[in-house]
Amino acid sequence: MKDYLVRLVQVHDTFRVPELEALAEMAGVELEVVKYANDSPYCTIRLPSTAAASALISRSILGSAIYELWGSGTTYDDLHDSVKSRTQELWLLYKSVSFRFSVDTFQGKRSTSAQREIIESFSYVGFDGPIKMNNPEEEFVVFEEYGFRAPDPHKFYFGRLIATSARDVVQKYDLKKRRYISTTSMDSELALITANLVLAAPGKLFYDPFVGTGSFPIATAHFGAKALGSDLDGRSIRGTKDRNVLSNFEQYGLNGSWVDGFVADLTNVPLRIGKGRWLDGVVCDPPYGVREGLKVLGKEGVGTEPVYVDGILAHLEGYIPPKRAYSFEAMLGDILDFATATLVDRGRLAMWMPTANDEDIDLAIPSHPCLKLVSVCVQPFNKWSRRLLIYRRIPDSKVDGEAAAVRKKRVVGCGLKADDLNAFRKKYFQGFKEQNPNLEDGGGEK
Amino acid sequence: MKLLTLNFLTCARRTCKSSPLSFPLHPCDAELEIADVDFSLDFLRNILPRLEWDAMVALCSELSLPLSATVPAAAELSGAGDEPTQSAKDLHHLLLETNITAGKLVCGNCGHEYAIKEGIANFLLPAHMV
Repeated sequence: MKDYLVRLVQVHDTFRVPELEALAEMAGVELEVVKYANDSPYCTIRLPSTAAASALISRSILGSAIYELWGSGTTYDDLHDSVKSRTQELWLLYKSVSFRFSVDTFQGKRSTSAQREIIESFSYVGFDGPIKMNNPEEEFVVFEEYGFRAPDPHKFYFGRLIATSARDVVQKYDLKKRRYISTTSMDSELALITANLVLAAPGKLFYDPFVGTGSFPIATAHFGAKALGSDLDGRSIRGTKDRNVLSNFEQYGLNGSWVDGFVADLTNVPLRIGKGRWLDGVVCDPPYGVREGLKVLGKEGVGTEPVYVDGILAHLEGYIPPKRAYSFEAMLGDILDFATATLVDRGRLAMWMPTANDEDIDLAIPSHPCLKLVSVCVQPFNKWSRRLLIYRRIPDSKVDGEAAAVRKKRVVGCGLKADDLNAFRKKYFQGFKEQNPNLEDGGGEK
Repeated sequence: MKLLTLNFLTCARRTCKSSPLSFPLHPCDAELEIADVDFSLDFLRNILPRLEWDAMVALCSELSLPLSATVPAAAELSGAGDEPTQSAKDLHHLLLETNITAGKLVCGNCGHEYAIKEGIANFLLPAHMV
Protein backbone atom coordinates (compact mmCIF):
# COMPACT_ATOMS: atom_id res chain seq x y z
CA MET A 1 0.00 0.00 0.00
CA LYS A 2 1.27 3.49 -0.91
CA ASP A 3 0.19 6.98 0.00
CA TYR A 4 -1.56 9.17 -2.56
CA LEU A 5 -2.87 12.69 -2.36
CA VAL A 6 -6.30 13.40 -3.84
CA ARG A 7 -6.93 17.00 -4.81
CA LEU A 8 -10.63 17.39 -4.05
CA VAL A 9 -12.84 20.30 -5.00
CA GLN A 10 -14.07 22.33 -2.08
CA VAL A 11 -17.82 21.81 -2.68
CA HIS A 12 -20.33 19.25 -1.38
CA ASP A 13 -17.72 18.31 1.22
CA THR A 14 -19.63 15.51 2.97
CA PHE A 15 -20.08 13.73 -0.39
CA ARG A 16 -16.37 13.45 -1.06
CA VAL A 17 -15.25 10.49 1.03
CA PRO A 18 -18.38 8.45 0.19
CA GLU A 19 -17.60 9.08 -3.48
CA LEU A 20 -13.99 7.91 -3.07
CA GLU A 21 -15.21 4.79 -1.27
CA ALA A 22 -17.76 4.05 -4.00
CA LEU A 23 -15.12 4.55 -6.70
CA ALA A 24 -12.79 2.17 -4.87
CA GLU A 25 -15.54 -0.45 -4.65
CA MET A 26 -16.22 -0.14 -8.38
CA ALA A 27 -12.53 -0.31 -9.26
CA GLY A 28 -12.23 -3.30 -6.94
CA VAL A 29 -9.35 -1.78 -4.97
CA GLU A 30 -8.70 -1.55 -1.28
CA LEU A 31 -8.85 2.02 0.02
CA GLU A 32 -7.78 3.48 3.32
CA VAL A 33 -8.48 7.15 4.04
CA VAL A 34 -5.45 8.35 6.01
CA LYS A 35 -6.18 12.02 6.41
CA TYR A 36 -9.33 13.91 5.55
CA ALA A 37 -11.01 17.07 6.80
CA ASN A 38 -14.23 18.69 5.59
CA ASP A 39 -12.52 22.09 5.35
CA SER A 40 -9.56 20.90 3.28
CA PRO A 41 -9.31 19.93 -0.40
CA TYR A 42 -6.30 17.70 0.27
CA CYS A 43 -7.04 14.13 1.24
CA THR A 44 -4.38 11.50 1.84
CA ILE A 45 -5.37 7.95 0.97
CA ARG A 46 -3.60 4.61 0.83
CA LEU A 47 -3.97 2.40 -2.25
CA PRO A 48 -2.31 -0.80 -3.46
CA SER A 49 -0.86 0.67 -6.66
CA THR A 50 -0.54 3.56 -9.08
CA ALA A 51 -2.82 1.71 -11.48
CA ALA A 52 -5.44 1.60 -8.71
CA ALA A 53 -5.02 5.35 -8.23
CA SER A 54 -5.66 5.99 -11.94
CA ALA A 55 -8.69 3.72 -11.95
CA LEU A 56 -10.09 5.36 -8.85
CA ILE A 57 -9.86 8.96 -10.01
CA SER A 58 -10.98 8.37 -13.60
CA ARG A 59 -14.69 8.63 -12.70
CA SER A 60 -14.44 11.07 -9.84
CA ILE A 61 -16.63 14.16 -9.90
CA LEU A 62 -15.49 15.66 -6.58
CA GLY A 63 -11.79 14.95 -7.00
CA SER A 64 -9.84 16.79 -9.69
CA ALA A 65 -6.62 14.76 -9.69
CA ILE A 66 -4.59 12.18 -7.80
CA TYR A 67 -0.87 12.48 -6.96
CA GLU A 68 1.78 10.11 -5.73
CA LEU A 69 2.56 11.65 -2.34
CA TRP A 70 6.26 12.52 -2.12
CA GLY A 71 6.13 14.40 1.16
CA SER A 72 4.15 16.55 3.55
CA GLY A 73 4.88 18.89 6.43
CA THR A 74 3.84 21.92 8.41
CA THR A 75 6.81 24.03 7.24
CA TYR A 76 8.94 23.99 4.10
CA ASP A 77 11.85 22.53 6.08
CA ASP A 78 9.54 19.72 7.21
CA LEU A 79 8.35 19.15 3.67
CA HIS A 80 11.87 18.99 2.24
CA ASP A 81 12.96 16.54 4.96
CA SER A 82 9.91 14.42 4.26
CA VAL A 83 10.54 14.41 0.47
CA LYS A 84 14.23 13.56 0.97
CA SER A 85 13.56 10.69 3.33
CA ARG A 86 10.64 9.19 1.37
CA THR A 87 11.62 9.51 -2.27
CA GLN A 88 15.38 9.80 -2.70
CA GLU A 89 15.52 6.49 -4.59
CA LEU A 90 12.82 7.72 -7.01
CA TRP A 91 14.62 10.83 -8.19
CA LEU A 92 16.78 8.98 -10.67
CA LEU A 93 13.69 7.64 -12.47
CA TYR A 94 12.71 11.15 -13.51
CA LYS A 95 16.21 12.51 -14.14
CA SER A 96 15.90 13.01 -17.87
CA VAL A 97 12.15 13.09 -18.64
CA SER A 98 10.41 16.32 -19.62
CA PHE A 99 8.64 17.77 -16.62
CA ARG A 100 6.82 20.69 -15.16
CA PHE A 101 6.57 22.06 -11.63
CA SER A 102 3.65 24.09 -10.33
CA VAL A 103 2.31 25.50 -7.08
CA ASP A 104 -1.30 24.87 -6.02
CA THR A 105 -2.54 27.08 -3.19
CA PHE A 106 -5.80 26.69 -1.31
CA GLN A 107 -7.25 29.89 0.19
CA GLY A 108 -3.98 31.69 -0.51
CA LYS A 109 -1.95 33.33 -3.27
CA ARG A 110 1.67 33.38 -4.39
CA SER A 111 3.18 35.81 -6.86
CA THR A 112 5.00 34.33 -9.87
CA SER A 113 8.38 35.18 -8.36
CA ALA A 114 7.45 33.60 -5.01
CA GLN A 115 6.30 30.48 -6.91
CA ARG A 116 9.60 30.34 -8.76
CA GLU A 117 11.46 30.57 -5.46
CA ILE A 118 9.38 27.72 -4.01
CA ILE A 119 9.98 25.55 -7.08
CA GLU A 120 13.71 26.24 -7.05
CA SER A 121 13.94 25.12 -3.44
CA PHE A 122 13.28 21.61 -4.78
CA SER A 123 16.35 21.67 -7.06
CA TYR A 124 17.99 18.94 -4.96
CA VAL A 125 15.88 16.31 -6.75
CA GLY A 126 18.25 16.92 -9.65
CA PHE A 127 15.89 16.66 -12.66
CA ASP A 128 17.87 17.48 -15.82
CA GLY A 129 15.15 16.85 -18.40
CA PRO A 130 13.57 19.65 -20.45
CA ILE A 131 10.95 21.81 -18.73
CA LYS A 132 7.72 21.73 -20.75
CA MET A 133 4.69 23.74 -19.74
CA ASN A 134 2.43 21.82 -22.13
CA ASN A 135 2.10 18.04 -22.04
CA PRO A 136 5.21 17.24 -20.02
CA GLU A 137 5.88 13.57 -19.31
CA GLU A 138 5.76 14.21 -15.58
CA GLU A 139 4.12 16.91 -13.53
CA PHE A 140 5.12 17.79 -9.96
CA VAL A 141 3.02 20.00 -7.73
CA VAL A 142 3.72 21.81 -4.47
CA PHE A 143 0.52 22.24 -2.46
CA GLU A 144 0.07 24.98 0.12
CA GLU A 145 -2.95 24.98 2.39
CA TYR A 146 -3.92 28.22 4.14
CA GLY A 147 -6.42 28.61 6.94
CA PHE A 148 -9.37 30.90 6.20
CA ARG A 149 -7.91 34.44 5.76
CA ALA A 150 -4.60 33.28 7.27
CA PRO A 151 -1.53 35.16 5.92
CA ASP A 152 0.65 32.04 5.73
CA PRO A 153 0.06 28.42 4.82
CA HIS A 154 -0.01 25.87 7.63
CA LYS A 155 0.29 22.65 5.64
CA PHE A 156 2.42 21.63 2.67
CA TYR A 157 2.41 18.64 0.31
CA PHE A 158 4.51 17.63 -2.65
CA GLY A 159 3.35 15.11 -5.21
CA ARG A 160 3.74 13.64 -8.68
CA LEU A 161 0.63 13.76 -10.87
CA ILE A 162 -0.81 10.31 -11.62
CA ALA A 163 -4.08 11.16 -13.35
CA THR A 164 -6.78 13.76 -13.58
CA SER A 165 -10.49 13.10 -13.08
CA ALA A 166 -13.60 13.29 -15.23
CA ARG A 167 -14.86 16.41 -13.54
CA ASP A 168 -15.24 18.21 -16.89
CA VAL A 169 -18.37 16.18 -17.62
CA VAL A 170 -20.24 18.30 -15.09
CA GLN A 171 -20.20 21.07 -17.70
CA LYS A 172 -21.34 18.73 -20.46
CA TYR A 173 -24.50 17.85 -18.52
CA ASP A 174 -25.11 21.38 -17.19
CA LEU A 175 -28.85 21.97 -16.84
CA LYS A 176 -28.50 25.35 -18.56
CA LYS A 177 -27.58 23.55 -21.75
CA ARG A 178 -30.10 20.71 -21.38
CA ARG A 179 -33.05 21.06 -23.71
CA TYR A 180 -35.73 19.68 -21.41
CA ILE A 181 -35.75 20.45 -17.67
CA SER A 182 -38.24 21.42 -14.98
CA THR A 183 -38.13 23.33 -11.69
CA THR A 184 -37.06 20.23 -9.78
CA SER A 185 -34.44 18.79 -12.16
CA MET A 186 -31.39 17.63 -10.20
CA ASP A 187 -28.26 19.67 -10.76
CA SER A 188 -25.87 17.78 -13.08
CA GLU A 189 -22.98 17.65 -10.62
CA LEU A 190 -25.09 16.12 -7.85
CA ALA A 191 -26.79 13.73 -10.27
CA LEU A 192 -23.39 12.47 -11.46
CA ILE A 193 -22.15 12.10 -7.87
CA THR A 194 -25.33 10.18 -7.05
CA ALA A 195 -24.65 7.91 -10.03
CA ASN A 196 -21.15 7.24 -8.67
CA LEU A 197 -22.54 6.49 -5.23
CA VAL A 198 -24.92 3.84 -6.59
CA LEU A 199 -22.04 2.30 -8.56
CA ALA A 200 -23.54 2.91 -12.01
CA ALA A 201 -21.57 0.94 -14.60
CA PRO A 202 -22.00 -0.71 -18.02
CA GLY A 203 -24.52 -3.54 -18.04
CA LYS A 204 -26.44 -2.42 -14.96
CA LEU A 205 -30.12 -1.54 -14.72
CA PHE A 206 -31.44 1.32 -12.57
CA TYR A 207 -34.89 2.64 -11.77
CA ASP A 208 -36.06 6.10 -10.75
CA PRO A 209 -39.65 6.12 -9.43
CA PHE A 210 -39.81 9.95 -9.50
CA VAL A 211 -38.07 10.40 -12.79
CA GLY A 212 -39.34 13.88 -13.74
CA THR A 213 -37.20 15.07 -16.65
CA GLY A 214 -34.73 12.21 -16.27
CA SER A 215 -31.75 13.79 -14.47
CA PHE A 216 -30.69 10.60 -12.66
CA PRO A 217 -31.13 8.17 -15.57
CA ILE A 218 -29.03 10.53 -17.70
CA ALA A 219 -26.29 10.52 -15.05
CA THR A 220 -26.31 6.73 -14.70
CA ALA A 221 -26.35 6.48 -18.51
CA HIS A 222 -23.20 8.60 -18.69
CA PHE A 223 -21.47 5.78 -16.80
CA GLY A 224 -22.87 3.17 -19.18
CA ALA A 225 -25.89 1.90 -17.25
CA LYS A 226 -29.46 1.59 -18.50
CA ALA A 227 -32.48 2.92 -16.66
CA LEU A 228 -36.23 2.73 -16.29
CA GLY A 229 -38.19 5.64 -14.91
CA SER A 230 -41.71 6.39 -13.86
CA ASP A 231 -43.57 9.41 -12.63
CA LEU A 232 -47.00 10.12 -11.28
CA ASP A 233 -47.19 12.99 -13.73
CA GLY A 234 -47.18 11.59 -17.25
CA ARG A 235 -46.67 15.06 -18.68
CA SER A 236 -43.12 15.19 -17.36
CA ILE A 237 -42.11 12.03 -19.24
CA ARG A 238 -43.98 12.86 -22.44
CA GLY A 239 -42.98 16.53 -22.47
CA THR A 240 -43.65 17.95 -25.90
CA LYS A 241 -42.94 16.57 -29.34
CA ASP A 242 -39.26 17.48 -29.40
CA ARG A 243 -38.55 18.18 -25.73
CA ASN A 244 -39.03 15.17 -23.49
CA VAL A 245 -37.06 12.64 -21.46
CA LEU A 246 -36.05 10.70 -24.57
CA SER A 247 -34.89 13.86 -26.35
CA ASN A 248 -32.59 14.59 -23.40
CA PHE A 249 -30.93 11.20 -23.91
CA GLU A 250 -30.67 11.93 -27.63
CA GLN A 251 -29.02 15.28 -26.88
CA TYR A 252 -26.15 13.43 -25.19
CA GLY A 253 -26.09 10.50 -27.62
CA LEU A 254 -27.28 8.11 -24.92
CA ASN A 255 -30.55 6.91 -26.57
CA GLY A 256 -29.96 3.23 -25.93
CA SER A 257 -29.56 3.78 -22.19
CA TRP A 258 -33.14 4.88 -21.64
CA VAL A 259 -35.11 1.67 -21.44
CA ASP A 260 -38.58 3.06 -20.80
CA GLY A 261 -40.64 5.61 -18.97
CA PHE A 262 -44.14 4.91 -17.73
CA VAL A 263 -46.78 6.68 -15.71
CA ALA A 264 -47.18 5.12 -12.27
CA ASP A 265 -47.43 5.76 -8.58
CA LEU A 266 -44.98 4.19 -6.13
CA THR A 267 -47.76 3.17 -3.74
CA ASN A 268 -49.40 1.16 -6.55
CA VAL A 269 -46.28 0.31 -8.47
CA PRO A 270 -46.79 -1.96 -11.50
CA LEU A 271 -43.40 -3.64 -11.13
CA ARG A 272 -42.61 -7.26 -10.46
CA ILE A 273 -42.05 -7.84 -6.77
CA GLY A 274 -41.23 -11.07 -5.00
CA LYS A 275 -40.32 -13.20 -8.03
CA GLY A 276 -36.59 -12.68 -7.88
CA ARG A 277 -34.82 -9.38 -7.54
CA TRP A 278 -33.74 -7.65 -10.73
CA LEU A 279 -32.54 -4.07 -10.18
CA ASP A 280 -28.92 -2.97 -9.64
CA GLY A 281 -30.03 0.29 -8.14
CA VAL A 282 -32.91 2.57 -7.26
CA VAL A 283 -32.16 6.28 -7.50
CA CYS A 284 -34.65 8.90 -6.48
CA ASP A 285 -35.37 12.39 -5.26
CA PRO A 286 -38.90 12.00 -3.90
CA PRO A 287 -41.10 15.09 -3.84
CA TYR A 288 -41.16 16.49 -0.34
CA GLY A 289 -43.51 19.36 -0.64
CA VAL A 290 -41.09 22.28 -0.87
CA ARG A 291 -41.55 22.80 -4.58
CA GLU A 292 -43.81 19.89 -5.50
CA GLY A 293 -46.74 18.71 -3.43
CA LEU A 294 -46.73 15.12 -2.25
CA LYS A 295 -49.52 13.11 -3.85
CA VAL A 296 -50.50 9.50 -4.50
CA LEU A 297 -53.49 7.97 -6.22
CA GLY A 298 -56.87 8.03 -4.53
CA LYS A 299 -59.15 10.58 -2.99
CA GLU A 300 -60.73 11.17 0.37
CA GLY A 301 -63.99 9.21 0.44
CA VAL A 302 -62.80 6.90 -2.31
CA GLY A 303 -65.12 6.56 -5.30
CA THR A 304 -66.38 3.04 -5.94
CA GLU A 305 -67.87 3.42 -9.38
CA PRO A 306 -65.92 3.37 -12.64
CA VAL A 307 -66.02 6.68 -14.48
CA TYR A 308 -67.36 6.64 -18.04
CA VAL A 309 -67.01 9.42 -20.57
CA ASP A 310 -69.18 9.04 -23.67
CA GLY A 311 -69.71 5.38 -22.85
CA ILE A 312 -65.97 4.57 -22.74
CA LEU A 313 -64.12 3.71 -19.54
CA ALA A 314 -62.55 7.06 -18.75
CA HIS A 315 -59.20 5.71 -17.56
CA LEU A 316 -58.37 4.43 -21.05
CA GLU A 317 -58.62 7.91 -22.58
CA GLY A 318 -56.81 10.98 -21.28
CA TYR A 319 -58.51 10.74 -17.88
CA ILE A 320 -56.57 12.08 -14.90
CA PRO A 321 -57.40 10.15 -11.74
CA PRO A 322 -57.80 11.99 -8.45
CA LYS A 323 -54.84 12.13 -6.11
CA ARG A 324 -54.59 12.61 -2.39
CA ALA A 325 -51.99 14.01 -0.04
CA TYR A 326 -49.55 11.48 1.36
CA SER A 327 -47.17 11.43 4.29
CA PHE A 328 -43.53 11.88 3.41
CA GLU A 329 -42.45 9.36 6.05
CA ALA A 330 -44.83 6.75 4.68
CA MET A 331 -43.44 7.36 1.22
CA LEU A 332 -39.86 6.87 2.42
CA GLY A 333 -40.96 3.62 4.04
CA ASP A 334 -42.54 2.53 0.73
CA ILE A 335 -39.30 3.31 -1.13
CA LEU A 336 -37.26 1.22 1.32
CA ASP A 337 -39.71 -1.67 1.02
CA PHE A 338 -39.66 -1.43 -2.76
CA ALA A 339 -35.85 -1.34 -2.86
CA THR A 340 -35.69 -4.36 -0.55
CA ALA A 341 -37.99 -6.33 -2.81
CA THR A 342 -36.26 -5.47 -6.09
CA LEU A 343 -32.55 -4.82 -5.50
CA VAL A 344 -30.07 -7.61 -6.17
CA ASP A 345 -27.61 -8.40 -3.36
CA ARG A 346 -25.24 -5.44 -2.90
CA GLY A 347 -27.49 -3.36 -5.16
CA ARG A 348 -27.83 0.22 -3.98
CA LEU A 349 -30.57 2.66 -3.14
CA ALA A 350 -29.88 6.39 -3.36
CA MET A 351 -32.55 8.56 -1.84
CA TRP A 352 -32.59 12.31 -1.36
CA MET A 353 -34.55 13.72 1.56
CA PRO A 354 -34.72 16.96 3.50
CA THR A 355 -33.17 16.92 6.99
CA ALA A 356 -36.28 18.61 8.35
CA ASN A 357 -39.82 19.00 7.10
CA ASP A 358 -41.53 22.29 6.37
CA GLU A 359 -42.39 22.68 10.05
CA ASP A 360 -38.71 22.50 11.01
CA ILE A 361 -39.06 19.09 12.61
CA ASP A 362 -36.04 16.88 12.07
CA LEU A 363 -36.78 13.83 9.98
CA ALA A 364 -35.20 10.62 11.18
CA ILE A 365 -33.09 8.65 8.71
CA PRO A 366 -35.34 5.74 7.78
CA SER A 367 -33.98 2.24 8.27
CA HIS A 368 -34.80 -1.24 7.01
CA PRO A 369 -33.43 -4.57 8.28
CA CYS A 370 -32.54 -5.63 4.72
CA LEU A 371 -30.72 -2.41 3.84
CA LYS A 372 -27.40 -1.26 5.25
CA LEU A 373 -26.92 2.50 5.42
CA VAL A 374 -23.63 3.09 3.59
CA SER A 375 -23.34 6.86 3.70
CA VAL A 376 -25.17 10.04 4.61
CA CYS A 377 -24.20 13.18 2.69
CA VAL A 378 -25.61 16.60 3.53
CA GLN A 379 -26.18 19.52 1.19
CA PRO A 380 -26.87 22.67 3.21
CA PHE A 381 -28.96 25.52 1.82
CA ASN A 382 -29.65 28.90 3.27
CA LYS A 383 -32.62 27.97 5.44
CA TRP A 384 -32.80 24.19 5.13
CA SER A 385 -30.69 21.29 4.09
CA ARG A 386 -31.19 17.97 2.38
CA ARG A 387 -29.29 14.77 2.51
CA LEU A 388 -28.47 11.94 0.20
CA LEU A 389 -28.83 8.53 1.82
CA ILE A 390 -27.10 5.54 0.28
CA TYR A 391 -28.17 2.02 1.24
CA ARG A 392 -26.86 -1.37 0.20
CA ARG A 393 -29.07 -4.46 -0.08
CA ILE A 394 -27.90 -7.09 2.39
CA PRO A 395 -28.04 -10.69 1.13
CA ASP A 396 -31.06 -12.47 2.65
CA SER A 397 -28.80 -14.93 4.43
CA LYS A 398 -27.29 -12.08 6.44
CA VAL A 399 -30.53 -10.27 7.33
CA ASP A 400 -31.66 -10.30 10.93
CA GLY A 401 -34.77 -12.49 10.52
CA GLU A 402 -36.50 -11.19 13.60
CA ALA A 403 -36.13 -7.55 12.58
CA ALA A 404 -37.36 -8.37 9.07
CA ALA A 405 -40.47 -10.05 10.51
CA VAL A 406 -41.19 -7.03 12.69
CA ARG A 407 -40.80 -4.77 9.68
CA LYS A 408 -43.26 -6.84 7.68
CA LYS A 409 -45.81 -6.64 10.46
CA ARG A 410 -45.39 -2.91 10.71
CA VAL A 411 -46.15 -2.42 7.06
CA VAL A 412 -49.22 -4.61 7.16
CA GLY A 413 -50.26 -3.31 10.56
CA CYS A 414 -50.53 0.39 9.86
CA GLY A 415 -51.08 0.04 6.14
CA LEU A 416 -49.03 3.14 5.40
CA LYS A 417 -52.12 5.07 4.43
CA ALA A 418 -52.42 8.82 4.45
CA ASP A 419 -53.53 8.51 8.10
CA ASP A 420 -49.85 8.62 9.06
CA LEU A 421 -49.83 12.17 7.80
CA ASN A 422 -49.74 13.37 11.36
CA ALA A 423 -46.75 11.23 12.32
CA PHE A 424 -44.38 14.20 12.14
CA ARG A 425 -46.43 16.11 14.60
CA LYS A 426 -47.00 13.14 16.92
CA LYS A 427 -43.30 12.35 16.92
CA TYR A 428 -42.41 15.95 17.47
CA PHE A 429 -44.44 16.16 20.64
CA GLN A 430 -43.16 12.83 21.92
CA GLY A 431 -39.57 13.82 21.24
CA PHE A 432 -40.15 17.18 22.79
CA LYS A 433 -41.26 15.60 26.06
CA GLU A 434 -38.31 13.21 26.15
CA GLN A 435 -35.81 15.96 25.61
CA ASN A 436 -37.39 18.35 28.11
CA PRO A 437 -38.68 16.28 31.02
CA ASN A 438 -39.09 19.39 33.14
CA LEU A 439 -41.33 21.15 30.73
CA GLU A 440 -44.56 19.83 32.25
CA ASP A 441 -43.53 21.19 35.65
CA GLY A 442 -42.99 24.56 34.09
CA GLY A 443 -46.74 24.81 33.65
CA GLY A 444 -48.73 27.10 31.44
CA GLU A 445 -46.91 25.92 28.29
CA LYS A 446 -49.21 24.30 25.82
CA MET B 1 -42.25 0.35 -24.59
CA LYS B 2 -39.56 -2.27 -24.97
CA LEU B 3 -40.43 -5.93 -24.62
CA LEU B 4 -37.77 -6.12 -21.91
CA THR B 5 -39.79 -3.74 -19.75
CA LEU B 6 -42.82 -6.02 -20.03
CA ASN B 7 -40.84 -8.68 -18.20
CA PHE B 8 -40.81 -6.44 -15.15
CA LEU B 9 -44.37 -5.13 -15.28
CA THR B 10 -47.35 -6.50 -13.40
CA CYS B 11 -50.82 -5.23 -12.63
CA ALA B 12 -50.65 -2.11 -10.45
CA ARG B 13 -53.55 -3.21 -8.21
CA ARG B 14 -52.41 -4.43 -4.84
CA THR B 15 -55.09 -7.09 -4.74
CA CYS B 16 -53.65 -8.60 -7.93
CA LYS B 17 -50.04 -8.78 -6.72
CA SER B 18 -50.51 -12.14 -5.01
CA SER B 19 -52.11 -13.74 -8.06
CA PRO B 20 -49.79 -15.49 -10.55
CA LEU B 21 -52.22 -14.38 -13.28
CA SER B 22 -51.24 -10.71 -12.87
CA PHE B 23 -47.84 -11.39 -14.47
CA PRO B 24 -47.04 -11.00 -17.26
CA LEU B 25 -49.50 -8.46 -18.60
CA HIS B 26 -51.03 -9.35 -21.93
CA PRO B 27 -50.63 -6.98 -24.88
CA CYS B 28 -53.79 -6.22 -26.80
CA ASP B 29 -54.12 -4.38 -30.14
CA ALA B 30 -50.36 -3.82 -29.91
CA GLU B 31 -48.58 -1.82 -32.61
CA LEU B 32 -44.96 -2.88 -32.86
CA GLU B 33 -42.04 -0.79 -34.01
CA ILE B 34 -38.32 -1.47 -34.28
CA ALA B 35 -35.85 1.14 -33.04
CA ASP B 36 -32.06 0.69 -33.10
CA VAL B 37 -30.25 0.40 -29.77
CA ASP B 38 -26.48 0.00 -29.37
CA PHE B 39 -25.62 -3.59 -28.56
CA SER B 40 -24.29 -4.27 -25.07
CA LEU B 41 -23.06 -7.70 -24.15
CA ASP B 42 -22.52 -6.56 -20.55
CA PHE B 43 -26.17 -5.71 -20.25
CA LEU B 44 -27.43 -8.96 -21.78
CA ARG B 45 -25.21 -11.00 -19.49
CA ASN B 46 -26.38 -9.06 -16.46
CA ILE B 47 -30.08 -9.08 -17.26
CA LEU B 48 -30.54 -12.59 -18.66
CA PRO B 49 -30.54 -14.40 -15.28
CA ARG B 50 -33.09 -11.89 -13.97
CA LEU B 51 -35.66 -12.46 -16.69
CA GLU B 52 -38.73 -14.60 -16.12
CA TRP B 53 -38.17 -16.66 -19.23
CA ASP B 54 -41.60 -18.35 -19.26
CA ALA B 55 -43.23 -14.92 -19.25
CA MET B 56 -40.95 -13.88 -22.12
CA VAL B 57 -41.98 -16.97 -24.09
CA ALA B 58 -45.67 -16.35 -23.40
CA LEU B 59 -45.39 -12.71 -24.46
CA CYS B 60 -43.62 -13.63 -27.70
CA SER B 61 -46.19 -16.22 -28.60
CA GLU B 62 -48.97 -13.67 -28.02
CA LEU B 63 -47.17 -11.24 -30.32
CA SER B 64 -46.30 -14.05 -32.81
CA LEU B 65 -42.57 -13.44 -32.38
CA PRO B 66 -40.09 -16.32 -32.32
CA LEU B 67 -38.36 -17.22 -29.07
CA SER B 68 -36.77 -20.42 -27.86
CA ALA B 69 -38.58 -22.15 -25.02
CA THR B 70 -35.38 -22.53 -23.01
CA VAL B 71 -33.19 -19.74 -21.64
CA PRO B 72 -29.97 -19.37 -23.59
CA ALA B 73 -26.98 -20.20 -21.40
CA ALA B 74 -24.58 -17.38 -20.62
CA ALA B 75 -21.93 -19.18 -22.68
CA GLU B 76 -24.16 -18.99 -25.77
CA LEU B 77 -24.03 -15.18 -25.81
CA SER B 78 -20.46 -14.79 -26.95
CA GLY B 79 -18.02 -16.73 -29.08
CA ALA B 80 -14.29 -16.42 -29.60
CA GLY B 81 -12.80 -13.06 -28.58
CA ASP B 82 -16.01 -12.03 -26.82
CA GLU B 83 -17.76 -11.61 -30.20
CA PRO B 84 -21.52 -11.66 -29.65
CA THR B 85 -23.24 -14.68 -31.19
CA GLN B 86 -26.25 -14.50 -33.46
CA SER B 87 -28.47 -15.65 -30.61
CA ALA B 88 -27.19 -12.75 -28.47
CA LYS B 89 -27.95 -10.32 -31.28
CA ASP B 90 -31.42 -11.81 -31.73
CA LEU B 91 -32.10 -11.52 -28.04
CA HIS B 92 -30.92 -7.90 -28.02
CA HIS B 93 -33.19 -7.18 -30.98
CA LEU B 94 -36.15 -8.74 -29.24
CA LEU B 95 -35.65 -7.27 -25.77
CA LEU B 96 -34.35 -3.81 -26.54
CA GLU B 97 -35.17 -2.94 -30.15
CA THR B 98 -38.74 -4.20 -30.35
CA ASN B 99 -41.21 -1.65 -28.99
CA ILE B 100 -44.93 -1.49 -28.41
CA THR B 101 -45.89 2.02 -29.45
CA ALA B 102 -49.64 1.79 -28.94
CA GLY B 103 -52.22 -0.59 -27.59
CA LYS B 104 -53.25 -1.93 -24.23
CA LEU B 105 -51.84 -4.14 -21.52
CA VAL B 106 -54.36 -6.40 -19.85
CA CYS B 107 -54.13 -7.99 -16.41
CA GLY B 108 -54.88 -11.72 -16.54
CA ASN B 109 -56.35 -11.62 -13.05
CA CYS B 110 -58.69 -8.61 -12.89
CA GLY B 111 -58.96 -7.83 -16.59
CA HIS B 112 -58.00 -4.20 -16.06
CA GLU B 113 -56.62 -2.54 -19.19
CA TYR B 114 -53.69 -0.12 -19.18
CA ALA B 115 -53.32 2.11 -22.21
CA ILE B 116 -50.01 2.56 -24.06
CA LYS B 117 -49.70 5.74 -26.08
CA GLU B 118 -46.60 6.87 -27.95
CA GLY B 119 -44.75 4.03 -26.24
CA ILE B 120 -45.59 5.24 -22.75
CA ALA B 121 -47.88 3.08 -20.62
CA ASN B 122 -50.18 4.62 -18.05
CA PHE B 123 -50.54 2.62 -14.84
CA LEU B 124 -52.53 5.15 -12.86
CA LEU B 125 -55.55 3.39 -11.44
CA PRO B 126 -58.94 5.02 -11.48
CA ALA B 127 -60.22 5.99 -8.02
CA HIS B 128 -62.53 2.97 -7.66
CA MET B 129 -59.58 0.56 -7.88
CA VAL B 130 -57.09 2.14 -5.49
